[in-house]
Amino acid sequence: MLLFIEQCLNGLQFGLLLFLLAAGLTLVFGIMDLVNLAHGSLYMLGAYFAATFAAWTDSFVLGALLALAATLVVGMALEVVALRRLYGRDHLDHVLGTFGLILFFNELVRLVWGPAGMSLSLPMWLIPPVEILPGLFYPTYRIAIILTALLVALFLYVLVMRTRLGMLVRAGASNREMTGALGVNISLLYTLVFGLGAALAGLAGLMQAPILTVQIGMGENILILAFVVIIIGGIGSIRGAFIAAILVGLIDTIGRAFLPDLLRLVLSSRGASTVAPAMSSMMIYLLMAIVLVLRPEGLFPVSSK
Amino acid sequence: MTAALTPRNVVIAVLMLLLAAVPVYAAVTANTFLVTLFTRVIILGMAATSLNLILGYGGMVSFGHAVYLGIGGYAVGILAQEGASSGFVQWPVAILVSALFALLVGALSLRTRGVYFIMITLAFAQLVYYFGVGLDRYGADDGLTIGRRSQFAGLLNLSDRTQFYYLCLALLVVTIYLIARLVNSRFGMVIQGARSNDRRMRAIGFPTFRYRLTAFVIAGAICGLAGALLANHTGFISPATMHWTRSGDLIVMVVLGGMASSFGPLIGAVALLSLEEALPVLIRVSASPMFGDAAVRMAEYWQIVLGPLFLLVVLFARGGIDGLLAGVRRG
Amino acid sequence: MKRLLMGTVALVALGAAPVGAQQSVKIGFVSTFSGPTAVIGNDMRNSFELALDHLGRKMAGKPVEVIYEDDQQKPEVGVQKTQKLVESDKVDFVIGYIWSNVLLASLKPVVDSQTFLISANAGPSQIAGEQCSPFFFSTSWQNDQTPQAMGTYMTQKGVKTAFLIGPNYAAGKDMLTGVRTTFKGQVIGEELTKWPDQLDFSTELSKVRAARPEAVFVFYPGAAGVQFLTQYAQSGLKGQIPLYTAFTIDAITLPLQKDLALGVPGAQEWVNDLPNDANKKFVADFRAKHKNYPSFYGAQSYDAANFANSAVVAVNGDLSKKDAMRAEMRKANYASVRGPYKYGNNQFPIQNFYLQDVVKDAEGNFTLKTVTTIVKDSQDQFHEKCPMKW
Repeated sequence: MLLFIEQCLNGLQFGLLLFLLAAGLTLVFGIMDLVNLAHGSLYMLGAYFAATFAAWTDSFVLGALLALAATLVVGMALEVVALRRLYGRDHLDHVLGTFGLILFFNELVRLVWGPAGMSLSLPMWLIPPVEILPGLFYPTYRIAIILTALLVALFLYVLVMRTRLGMLVRAGASNREMTGALGVNISLLYTLVFGLGAALAGLAGLMQAPILTVQIGMGENILILAFVVIIIGGIGSIRGAFIAAILVGLIDTIGRAFLPDLLRLVLSSRGASTVAPAMSSMMIYLLMAIVLVLRPEGLFPVSSK
Repeated sequence: MTAALTPRNVVIAVLMLLLAAVPVYAAVTANTFLVTLFTRVIILGMAATSLNLILGYGGMVSFGHAVYLGIGGYAVGILAQEGASSGFVQWPVAILVSALFALLVGALSLRTRGVYFIMITLAFAQLVYYFGVGLDRYGADDGLTIGRRSQFAGLLNLSDRTQFYYLCLALLVVTIYLIARLVNSRFGMVIQGARSNDRRMRAIGFPTFRYRLTAFVIAGAICGLAGALLANHTGFISPATMHWTRSGDLIVMVVLGGMASSFGPLIGAVALLSLEEALPVLIRVSASPMFGDAAVRMAEYWQIVLGPLFLLVVLFARGGIDGLLAGVRRG
Repeated sequence: MKRLLMGTVALVALGAAPVGAQQSVKIGFVSTFSGPTAVIGNDMRNSFELALDHLGRKMAGKPVEVIYEDDQQKPEVGVQKTQKLVESDKVDFVIGYIWSNVLLASLKPVVDSQTFLISANAGPSQIAGEQCSPFFFSTSWQNDQTPQAMGTYMTQKGVKTAFLIGPNYAAGKDMLTGVRTTFKGQVIGEELTKWPDQLDFSTELSKVRAARPEAVFVFYPGAAGVQFLTQYAQSGLKGQIPLYTAFTIDAITLPLQKDLALGVPGAQEWVNDLPNDANKKFVADFRAKHKNYPSFYGAQSYDAANFANSAVVAVNGDLSKKDAMRAEMRKANYASVRGPYKYGNNQFPIQNFYLQDVVKDAEGNFTLKTVTTIVKDSQDQFHEKCPMKW
């Protein structure tokens, strides 16, 4: 039983990380109708910035904050310089243009930081595990990730639902032309939204850095999962992204945890170990395909344009 | 269809002549690697041409086209491993399985549009990718080495580099011709019409879904054959061939070369490969006067130029290279 | 354009000269030089270069030319780069290969072209068995051997139940199989993780905690090794369940693992303090040039250079005499940094394996130390499947 709870926590943590990445993506897609493949590059930059600043300032937290700011700035600059020219164009144009940006950022990172990647160590106070239930020890840092992501989700909810800026964002997502016609400075709004999305991606990147990786191209695998999440959740819907991300995180983790044992009943141990992770990945894509066939607008669609 | 002596037609003619001459040149200079290199270009050009049918002419942005390269490749690899090394068995299986999978994906996906279509084709491609990763018996993630090339009972010897090259070239030319004929027929008109305005086409009375599905299946089948060729060429197949980034590469070739043009995708394949070889040299040569030895290191980062180049093509040269040659801006 | 130009120049310059009369010894070195495991590739390159420097950059009087190619840790890239080295650059030796899956994909083009392949690391069971080739030599080990030594050690320590964890690719599977061969206790759990993408071991560590084994055996090369030890400590298992490793703690990962690696034993055929002259010179000169200790990847690459040299010297630089070269190579007639060893019929080494432990050296750096010899003259278990006899 404890094992199951632990695995659920693992799934929740992964799902929340996915949510941070997907939230930015769905905002940008929903409001500016922009398919941004370079979102994964912003995720990568967040991790690299954090590793660099943490090394300079000798503080994990300070490094993380500086990295967030840096990613925000890079995101906004990217929007102003390159991406705003793609608004209103065919999705294929977006895909191609931002695919080119992935190459550019990978090479830029290689140029600046070298090909080997970096590492980001956790501060000592985050390493020892915490006993959250009698007999159940869970790594402190992962709890920190869960709490931080939940706080950010709450912040986003308040921002989008309860502030004027959020109202403009929701208006822009529902009906772009009308919002522009009402005299709102759409350009500035778009830049800010993009910056917010970039910061969220950077946050996801830097948070996973100590336990996973800081390397070139790290955004590519998780980017696809983020797209799956926003399709399932509904493009433009942060609530949808939240639910879908947790769903995907749980499926992936529980699948990897318990599927091998289930499969061992019918396959060899080796076979089970090979097939199980593949099957749990397949389940996620199957879920997306089913959602697309049955409810093409996603689980929580934003009202039509 | 009289061939006028336009710049674009001249370039295409010269390109085809050069491609035909590659093995001869390679024999003279004793550089067999040239043949290896261009065989790959031709096979990928064939795959890109098949994608053009649905992407360029049909407006169906399939982000899972590389999956047919994988299906064709695994057909050859798995059959070879199980003892069936005859090309007469392997290649039809490659084409058939690819066609069936395209039928399945198309039937389920073609009801959607825009980004949803892109994502659902991606989803199916990833399904197959992960299925390949789970194939424990056939190498899983590590891939499968293919011991012998497809055997054709003495009619052809695929292990002979030159014979294999000309076979691929012949198949490429047949593909280009086939697709050009298709596109200029009534079938092609319906596909292209459905791309601009599907509702109107249906209002006129065309069952566009059926037409588009057929195009989708044809594209998949041809790409499956390309996959069988690719597996023979590299002697190795792994799920990585089917990764979504490979589908991205194919889309780049089509758009860079010129969508909705017969030779565009081939030009795109050649261009992409040439850029991969030429950009480093270009950077090194132009940076040398200023930076001396450091220019060699700078040349290693050539992709930093390639990336923004895609963006520029998207923004300013929508018709691709073929469009530039023809002096017409498509959009 | 470049190829057209070079092709013309080559034609004019060389006329119709036979391939064997090249004026230099050309070596193709395939390893990983990008991504997180680039550190391993760099260590191998540095050691290989050091060996060439020690040889005066000549073999049998001929200058040595090395072309380094990056396999990006991917089999399909590795096979393409290997093909280029063999077909376009026409190298005399192909050396390197960190990863077993890359090596398995790349073997065919090399041996088909009758070029020698010296593996300085990867040792998949297939090449030790059915796929053995007269053109393949290893200066490292067969994958199963090192974990077999560790399995023997675990049995000696009286471990009754064990949980095995490793990555799901050719080498990972070999490693876990190797432990099972010699470990006489009971294996109560085995997990193979997705490679190289999966760096989050929370799922597997949760299972370990639930299964409560007496010991855990783990194989995670490179950056994954750092992450595993970090997460092992974070989950609270360190100190509760002892860890036994192979290829997870080495001179490259140790500076990042630091205290987390203290008290965690590993097995290896080479440790940096082995007391022979060749090794002392290698380690001393490496430290002088690069400041940190060389890893076993480096030691095996250093050996590969000297190994190739012994073959070239034996035929006086006439590299077309492949059979004579092979005869010499089979004698392992060179000063290896692990000490003298022999070759089995499958051209894999028959050698000792040592227990390594983590200590701090005089300057306070973490380093490895030989504790004892676990097994002498170990030969891999696949040599009988290899049809070669000599």
